[in-house]
Order: sequence, then structure tokens, then C-alpha cells
Amino acid sequence: MRYLPLTPDDRAQMLGVIGAPNIDALFKDVPEAARLTKLVDLPRYAGELEVERDLAHFAAKNRPAGEGPFFCGAGAYRHHVPASVDHIIQRSEFLTSYTPYQPEIAQGTLQVLFEFQTQVAALTGLEVANASMYDGSTACAEAVMMAQRVTRREKAILSGGLHPHYAAVTQTIAHAEGMEIVRQTAALDAESSVIGAIDADTACVVVQTPNVFGVVTDVSAIAEAAHRAGALLIVVTTEAVSFGLLKSPGEMGADIAVAEGQSIGNALNYGGPYVGLFACREKLVRQMPGRLCGETVDAEGRRGYVLTLSTREQHIRREKATSNICTNSGLCALAFTIHLSLLGEVGLRRLAALNHSRARELAAALAEVPGVEVLTKRFFNEIAIRLPGRADAIVEDLVTDKIIAGVPFSRLDPAAGMDDVLLLAATETTTTQDIAALAAALKGTLGE
Amino acid sequence: MSMSNVGRPTRPDGTRSADAGFASLTGGRGLLQDEPLLFELGGWDKTGVDLPDPERDAADLGELVRTAPIGLAGLSEPETLRHYVRLSQKNHAIDLALYPLGSCTMKHNPRLNEKAARMAGFADLHPLQPVSTAQGALELIDRLAHWLKTLTGMPAVAMTPKAGAHGELCGLLCIKAAHEAAGQGHRRTVLVPTSAHGTNPATAAFVGYSVTEIAQTADGRVDLADLEAKLGDHVAAIMVTNPNTCGLFERDVIEIARISHAHGAYFYCDGANFNAIVGRVRPGDLGVDAMHINLHKTFSTPHGGGGPGAGPVVLSEALAPFAPAPWIVHTRTGFDLVEDATAEAAQAFGRMCAFQGQMGMFVRAYAYMRSHGADGLRQVAEDAVLNANYVKARLAGQMTPAFPEGPCMHEALFDDTWLQDSGVTTLDFAKAMIDEGFHPMTMYFPLVVHGAMLIEPTETESKRELDRFCDALLALAAAAKAGDVDRFKGAPHLAPLGRLDETQAARKPKLTWRPEPDAGAADAA
Repeated sequence: MRYLPLTPDDRAQMLGVIGAPNIDALFKDVPEAARLTKLVDLPRYAGELEVERDLAHFAAKNRPAGEGPFFCGAGAYRHHVPASVDHIIQRSEFLTSYTPYQPEIAQGTLQVLFEFQTQVAALTGLEVANASMYDGSTACAEAVMMAQRVTRREKAILSGGLHPHYAAVTQTIAHAEGMEIVRQTAALDAESSVIGAIDADTACVVVQTPNVFGVVTDVSAIAEAAHRAGALLIVVTTEAVSFGLLKSPGEMGADIAVAEGQSIGNALNYGGPYVGLFACREKLVRQMPGRLCGETVDAEGRRGYVLTLSTREQHIRREKATSNICTNSGLCALAFTIHLSLLGEVGLRRLAALNHSRARELAAALAEVPGVEVLTKRFFNEIAIRLPGRADAIVEDLVTDKIIAGVPFSRLDPAAGMDDVLLLAATETTTTQDIAALAAALKGTLGE
Repeated sequence: MSMSNVGRPTRPDGTRSADAGFASLTGGRGLLQDEPLLFELGGWDKTGVDLPDPERDAADLGELVRTAPIGLAGLSEPETLRHYVRLSQKNHAIDLALYPLGSCTMKHNPRLNEKAARMAGFADLHPLQPVSTAQGALELIDRLAHWLKTLTGMPAVAMTPKAGAHGELCGLLCIKAAHEAAGQGHRRTVLVPTSAHGTNPATAAFVGYSVTEIAQTADGRVDLADLEAKLGDHVAAIMVTNPNTCGLFERDVIEIARISHAHGAYFYCDGANFNAIVGRVRPGDLGVDAMHINLHKTFSTPHGGGGPGAGPVVLSEALAPFAPAPWIVHTRTGFDLVEDATAEAAQAFGRMCAFQGQMGMFVRAYAYMRSHGADGLRQVAEDAVLNANYVKARLAGQMTPAFPEGPCMHEALFDDTWLQDSGVTTLDFAKAMIDEGFHPMTMYFPLVVHGAMLIEPTETESKRELDRFCDALLALAAAAKAGDVDRFKGAPHLAPLGRLDETQAARKPKLTWRPEPDAGAADAA
């Protein structure tokens, strides 16, 4: 077996040093009733060529996004990732190292985390950020529970513009912790009904911009209303590239900003691994979940970085920790940081403008298709449209034309009664030809 | 052919050793240079990505557009490579040497797995594209689930949890839902051994349960009498790691399960140490109700400097109906995905994350399992246990095993009795290992052993590397006992940095880079 270095002779010698007659003697504490005497019913070992063929066989049954016109968004976005990003993250020193608990020999990882935190704070317009979370949805749930710790109140109001999966995750996790979750009805202009729901028991209000229908909102007024009531405003963003064009959550008064960082540096990966971004006001830092990297000096006074404020964390505080989180999303955060270093201020702004431009082109083309109504007026790179029939059936129809037209809203929230709504995203990878092909195919399908 | 060496010396002259107080003129240490932060490299107007001009503007967004500077620095591609490659050289990694972090299973990460995860059919797949266009992805997840169920002897598995602690949360939420469905919602206590991972009590508290500790016997196992005394109508579950964090198999595990079940409690097993028993013991045969499997430990997906992980949870018949959405179902023609937790009268407790879980990790773990097969995986457990016992046997003469009687499983635990009166602590000893070229072992965990040193070599170490490691530790142990205290107090001497001041970092946290308020800024203001 190519991954196991011991030879039969090594094993015999080592048993001799241990003083054990055979390998079974080392497993003698296992109760006899539980000892497997034969192999489990699975295939035997296989060579690299055979395994690669097996995996390629699974892969071949899928249609990759890049194989044709593709318009899915709704929390995961197809962007171009420069080749150097994937090259660097595969360096052994990044790929095969552990959490940087020994800072003397982990300065590479730690400095990257410090850069990552600085980038996330800048993007969100807030003072501090942590070293990443599992993904945007779990970051959202953690933010809600953080608001409970800060305000000592139990109620969270989730806007109807929040991604339904994010709402479900928050409901599951924060509810288990004893919070009351008020989930508002899905609507394009959901943000307009948030302020009326805020009361003296409200710990936080969660709004998403651009929201799940692509609608961009200035949430400053919601921030003011929340703050007047002593509640926190949590702003969620599922498309991190939008930070390059839109006003930041911090500028609009957010106390906590969470986002899905997949768009920068990370592939679609059928949903994971992704990277959750989490930032907040400096005064709230001690209630933050997750790992934090901080600057300090070594014994000789040289600048260095360490994991810090770990008295919030489970390995020190156990049942009194701010969160049970141990692992973060280190390698995805590294990819994010490298891609964003390549982009820089200039590149991110241009990338964001380009995404917006492609989405305008998409919206204009779809507005010309008879039977299609473009619902989202002010958007970043994603729009909702109304179709004259079930969106999921039309999407399936277009698959035969080699077009993946978007995400039917009913797939995210079947109970919303919006079966005719389709969500579509355009990015820098979307071409004019892709848009023309979609418009033509839709015309054809709807005209039948 | 011979080279002309006219005028060029071909042998070293001089006798200076590298560390005899030599300093470079510019502050660096040879090829290992200080590397500034990205933001100090000055690329405020620079980019390493070429993009076309947008055809349409953002006038439609009006006042929603960000006008103030974001504060991002940019670099060209060569500068980016150099910056991050230089940083990488300050990290230790499995590919450099044995990485004996107990409880973390730092094994080799096969590169075939990386290649497979990057196939376009997996990496370039959107989580919400029509399931008819992602049949291979669902089939792979289903196949991986089959392997996990077969290896653990459990009937069901929830695939979506994103890490071990996330899996623990998923398992406890299943247990909570099952109790509530059975009218047992008043059970709100979780029993946890004192040796448990910190995530266990943290997770229990997270779901609103209170935590009661179970005592440990002198031979490092759960104290059955104490467990039985603490069980009762208020107990929702016990959480036991097996093999436990002392590196020992819980001999009475079947009895632990039996009495817990007799008292109406579920048995959550922390599967962090599954590597020791894979292919030789099935948790399902032990009476386990739920167990998370860290794919980044047992099944070799890379740790990546702290994630991403993946933590699927295998479940018993009693808990399976409460597993979270989404889940995969077999249809007449292939596979479908049930994404709505309230669908089809399901009892699912909810949802753990936005999409289908860590697909990239599923591909890697499946490639690893398929490579080993049933026979190879059994050999994994045997070699992991053999390697740990070999290290324990070789070091036992100089260092004190916490539990000298009988074999250990995949990790060898030592206490600091042998360092008494040497003036050297566990921390000092661990830092001195860095100077000998090894990552320190897990220290001061489990909490039940004084000055704990937990060594997990894993099965992917050769006998040669194990001997190199043991020789280094024995030499250090001899030095500690001989009174060479300076070697330890100042350690590490040969790392990129010396020991870092964690107190200063926590007292006035500096968590992001900010421009120095310099004279230029004052002028501008």
C-alpha cells in the first residue's frame, strides 16, 4: 500500500521492541464481542490509476458550470480564480500544516490570517474581523448568538430578504440555544417591513444586501431604528465581490457583518468548502466567536503573530466558551487573501464594476423576452425574474439546450408561493454570447 | 567533463559555525528573510489581475455606490508569489517531518486526492444547479456514505456538518429532537468524562444542556460506578471519546452503552480517534448512537493550517429520522436531493449549513478510502497503533508514560513526572523539540494528566523517521536531566521566531493592520 511505509520486517522488529507477540496483542482491550475477525464488505486496495479512473467516472456524470451558459447564484458564484492562487495553496507548508498553535513555526499561516482579518475588516467597513468561519450561513447563525450575548436579549428578527438556507441554519442553531427567531415572509422589498418588527426584546435584526432576490438596499435607516431600540444590526452578504462596488455594511451602521467569501479565491465545489467572513465593531470583540490572530513580539522583540483572546474558545473555556467552534476554514481563507492581494483595491473595484455591467446586460436582454418580467430594479450582479409558469420546469427544459438558467426560488423556499420566480446571476465569466443564448432559448421555450 | 575552477575555491575555508553570533548586514537570516505585511508593500494602485473595461456603468445604483477607499493593497503576480512563498517557508508541515500532535492525526495527505477534488466535474459544480446535471456528485456522496456506514456498522449518516465540532452539534441536535419526540424533553444533562475534548462540553452547553463530569479510573478509563451514579431521568446523553484522549480503548464500552441506554440516555461517541480502530472495530457493535467522523483526521483530507474540515455523523436507527436536511434519496433513475427539512412528514431537526456539506473533502476522503480498500484501512489502524506503541516503548526508559500498564492505541501519553526537579517544564521540552526539527506534541491535554505530552505518530511514518524522532527526544530528555536548562528555557533557538508574548497580544489586541499615523497624514489633515 503506497501510503504505508512500514515493511513486514519493520513490523516484526517493532513488535519485538514493544515486547508484543503479534499485532492482535495491541488490541487486547477491545471487548471480544466487538473484534472484527474479517474484512468489512468493501473493495480491496487500488492503485492510483484505478482510483483516478473511478473518480473521473463520477465527475463525468456532472455538468460543470464552465461547459456552457450558466447563471446560478443564490449564495455561490462562479468567478475566475487566477492560476497562482491554487498553486500557492498547494504548497506543503500551507496545505499540510495544522492550526498555528505553535507560533514560532507557524508565522506563515499566522501572518496570512492577520492579512485576511485586515482585508475582511476593510471590505466590510468594520474595525475587527476573525480568522474565518465554516461558511456564510454558519457565520450568520453565530452572529445572531453573539447578539444575544451582547444584548442579553433573546429575540432575533430575520428579514424576508435573507437567503432561506441562512435563515434555516440560524433558526436551527440559535433556536437550539434558546433564542426566539422571527422569520419574516419572503419578498423582494422585504427590508421595508423590518423596522416595524423591532421591539424592546429584540437582540438583533438580520438583513441581507444584496438580498436573495438581488435587491441592493441602503440599510442605514434600519441601523438607526435597531440602535434606538438597543438592538444590533447584522448585515449579511452572500456575494463578496459586491464589496468592491457597494457601500459597506460598516458605512451603513452595521454592528456585525457576515459574508460568504467563496466568490474570492474559491471554486464552487458543489457547496463546500467555503469560507465565512465575520467582522464587528471593536467594542464587541470579546464576544466574537472563532479564532483571532493578533500582533505581538517574540522574546527578542521581533514582530510576530499569535492566536489570541483564546479565553473565549472551547479548548480553554469548555462549556463557557462563546462558541463550540474549533476548526475554521484556513486554506479557503488563504485562497481568499491571495486572490484579493492579486486584485488589490483597483482590481476588486474593476471586477465588481464588470460584474454589475454583465448583470445589466443580462437584465436588459431578459426584459426583451416576451413573458419575462424582470423584478429586481437595483441590483449588483444578480436578479430575480418572473416567468409565465413554474421556474423549475423551465430550467429543466433549458438543460436540454445545454443552458443552466439559474436557481428557481421554490428550491430555496417551497412554501413562499413564488414558484414562478427564477434567480439569475452574471459574473465576469458570463459572455455576451451566453446571454444571447439564454434569451433565445427562453424565447423558444416560452413561445411553444 | 570537468569544470574549470580557475581562481574559484572549491573547499570551504574558515571554521566559523553558523550560529556563532553571526549577523547579516541587512537583518535577514540567509534565505529566510523578514517579510513585511501585504499592506506595507505599498501596492495601493497596483493589481495582478487584468480585466476588461465594463461596458455599462453603475449610474443606476446612485448613492448605493461605495465612494470612500476600501483600503486594499494589491500586488503583481510575481510579487504575490514571492510574498506568499516567503511566508510559507516560516511554517512547519507534515511534508517536512513527523508531526506528533496527539488527537489531531497529522497523517500524510495524498496528492491524488488534491488532483481529484480539482476535476471540473466536482470543483466547477454549483450547489444549486439542477440535480439532473449533478448525478455524479450525488452518487459520490452516496458512495462515501456507504463506506462510512459500512466501516462504522451504523445504519445512517448525516453528511453536511463542516467540521468535528459541527458534527458534535449535529449529533446532539438529533438526540435533543429524539428526546422531544418521545416526550423526554426534560432530559437536559450531558455526562462528559474529565478527559474529554473541549468541544464536547462546549457543544453540550451550546444546545442548552448542562454538563456533568464523570470521574476517571486510575487506569485512564470511564469510572463505571460514577457513571451509573450520575445517570438518571435527567440525562439526555453521554459523550465519550473512544479510543479516549489518553490513547486508551474503553474496555467497558459495551457496558457503558448498556447502562446509558437502560437509563434512557443516548451514547454520543466522539470519533476523533477513529483512526486507531478503522477496519478492526465498528462503533455500531459497541452500542453507539451517534459519532462524528473527522474526515480531516482519519481520512486524510489536509488540515490546511486550520481547516477546512468535514464532520459527517453516523447515526443509529433511533436517531436517523431526525438527521438534518439536505439528504440524498435514490430514485428510479438515479439520485435526488431532499432540501426542505419539513418535507414529506420528515422529522429532521433542521439544517446545519447552506448547502450539501464539504464536497471537496468528500472527494478527497473517498479517494483515500478507495485507495486503501477494506484491507488497507485495517492496516492503517494496525500500523497507527504499532507506531504509537513503538514510540511509547522506546521512550519509556527516559520519560514516564501516564499509563504504563498494557498497550496504548494510536497515541502515547506521557506525564511530566520525569521532569521533576529538572527545572524544565513540558512547554520548555516541547519548544526544544522545534530546535531538533520536530513539531511539538500535544501539550497539557488531556487535562487529567499533569504536564501531559500526547504523541500521535500516525501510520504514515516510516520506522526510520520514528527512530529519528525517538533519538531526538531521548537526547533532549538526557539533556534535561543533565541540567542543560538554558537549552530549554530559551527554546526554540533555531525557529524563524523565538517564543511569542501572548500576554501582550491579549492585553491590547491588535487584530488588523492600520496605517501608522505619520507626519504625512498630519500634513494632509
